[in-house]
Amino acid sequence: MALERLQPFLDACSGAGLGLGPPDETTLAPAVTLEVPAAAWADVTTIARSQGLRWCAMWATPTETGHDVCCVLEGGGYLVLRTRVAPDEALPSQTFVYPAADRPERHAHDLTGLRFANQPDGRRWTRHQAWGADEFPLRPEFPAAGRRADPTPPDTDYPFARARGRGVLEIPVGPVHAGIIEPGHFRFQAVGETVLNLEERLGYVHKGIEKRAVGLDPAALARLAGRVSGDSTVAHGWAACQALERAVGLEVPPRALWLRAVMAERERVANHLGDIGAICNDVGFAFAQYQFTRLRERFLRANDAAFGHRLMMDRIVPGGVTVDLDAAQIDAMMRDVADLSTEVAELVMRVEDSESLEDRLMTTGRLTPEQAEMLGAVGYVGRASGLAFDVRRHVPYAPYDRFEFAVPVYRAGDVAARTRIRAEEISESLGLLGQLLRALPEGDIARPFPVPSSPCEGLGAVDGWRGEILTYVRIGADGRIERFYPRDPSWLTWPALELLIQENIVPDFPVCNKSVNGSYSGHDL
Amino acid sequence: MFKLFVKMITAGVVTEPPPEDADIAALGAELKRQVDEQFHGSIAIRQVDAGSCNACELEIHALNNPYYGVERYGVHFVASPRHADVLLVTGPVSRHMEEALKRTYEAMPEPRWVIASGACAIDGGPFGESYATVGGVYRVIPVDLSIPGCPPSPRQLLAGLLALMQSRA
Repeated sequence: MALERLQPFLDACSGAGLGLGPPDETTLAPAVTLEVPAAAWADVTTIARSQGLRWCAMWATPTETGHDVCCVLEGGGYLVLRTRVAPDEALPSQTFVYPAADRPERHAHDLTGLRFANQPDGRRWTRHQAWGADEFPLRPEFPAAGRRADPTPPDTDYPFARARGRGVLEIPVGPVHAGIIEPGHFRFQAVGETVLNLEERLGYVHKGIEKRAVGLDPAALARLAGRVSGDSTVAHGWAACQALERAVGLEVPPRALWLRAVMAERERVANHLGDIGAICNDVGFAFAQYQFTRLRERFLRANDAAFGHRLMMDRIVPGGVTVDLDAAQIDAMMRDVADLSTEVAELVMRVEDSESLEDRLMTTGRLTPEQAEMLGAVGYVGRASGLAFDVRRHVPYAPYDRFEFAVPVYRAGDVAARTRIRAEEISESLGLLGQLLRALPEGDIARPFPVPSSPCEGLGAVDGWRGEILTYVRIGADGRIERFYPRDPSWLTWPALELLIQENIVPDFPVCNKSVNGSYSGHDL
Repeated sequence: MFKLFVKMITAGVVTEPPPEDADIAALGAELKRQVDEQFHGSIAIRQVDAGSCNACELEIHALNNPYYGVERYGVHFVASPRHADVLLVTGPVSRHMEEALKRTYEAMPEPRWVIASGACAIDGGPFGESYATVGGVYRVIPVDLSIPGCPPSPRQLLAGLLALMQSRA
């Protein structure tokens, strides 16, 4: 099906005579893989853009003969462009047509040494001072322990864009923020209260996840994936396991898939509940904060009772899940979900009654549909700005291909719209939970994960509560992980924050930031 | 506005202890007694994420939800290390946060205490020590108490705070 949808793009490519290989429907199925000569990388990218394909991810892997590079695009199905770049060669940058490629290209350079031609922003991104400009941690010869014995100095000389003129001031914020929040640096250029420009500087929580994964067994990889971004532990765990299972061709029992979806929807609901409360709190509406955190706590306690962990960490494993629900638990969860639906619906009505809240959230932090499309924003950030994409709906995976649910979409693109999307997704997810629990298939909850007979690779795609998660895994013949690249949706939404904050006032930054709620850890890797 | 009040009244008081959670109430009561005695009723915590996956932060946040409401025990989270008695650190200390953590600690007035919270803060957890992570918090600043868990639950966090009080008593 993916191939059919991608046909116009493939036709345009062959019309341009770019010498591409035949589309491969098996290696990274259900994605279609296309071998592209490095010299044709820019042309293929331009054609992809003109055919309306969305840019999703790019990662590089150092090899003995240079770099193996993959770029994922989406147009109703996933397409993986693949190329090999010789050591003395530079790959044409995709940033000129897809701005979303900018930071991933800089990340790839910082970790692998791959050079990009015509990269508009030559600055380092993930690298601060923990390793040198001529060192590349993902190269096999770079020791996992690093080469630095002395304490790492702070990254003080990053060249931020500066505004000049009368009355312009610069406000540095972070990495340690005022609240209980992840670290990152924000550099504002402002005139009075008005933000002229915001530049994000991330990478503070870079934990070397891609390097750490090398040599792990599949079970350990699933645990690591569950800690890429703790609030998305279920979704990242699922994406990694899906990639592993697709790599070895392991069919997961239906009951396990249903239980994974139950956990994923519960994760979505819990995070959205927390976010709605926090967004309201950031404009001083504490009533909503206390009410929504109350519901979130209740929900987490139910997670603990049913799955033995409040955030459901490590419950998804390669081959299935570790926890089953008995009839009494299913019954209790269905009652709880129905009860919560009523409570949330009522609370949302109360919140919408508040005119002062409306006044603070509407038109604040607006990301136009055109900007969202240009950046390829996903999740609630994209959906609040006219982009309906949802992996569960548009590139469905089991069990979502069996269920009915709506994907809410607005075009206003403001904080209010991003909040409303969350509220509507909660109600859709609660509806889905009811459907999933009613139809839970009988049978096993896991199958043993086999050691592959030869090296293999897989691509997982899951819709987490923040949006699309893509995870690439390559397993060696010894059953150990050779490459792990998890693409958190935050890579595609952090840049949106820089745009939507412009012309807003500095004191509205917290609420704008919360409305996007990018993951620092998921991004910094 | 009237509807808001109705909701507040009908939601009622959910603050612990509900029947199954008597131990939270007991933990809290003892914590409050110790905070009263040792800190004149108020202890200030500055939290620093030095590289965590954010799961630890979610659970620390939960301490302020109406179920736990730690402020009633005299425990509150502050924005500045200069106002803090306790530094609550999470994460395997990424090398990119090493200096920021050190400076936050140095900005605190004495006496000060450091809690390493969660598996990563104790010894690096699944991230260990690498080119990107220093490992446990103790590698960067002196640690007074560790709280196990991945992530530590609000209950474990409360028990940890109490253990810190008791270790001083």
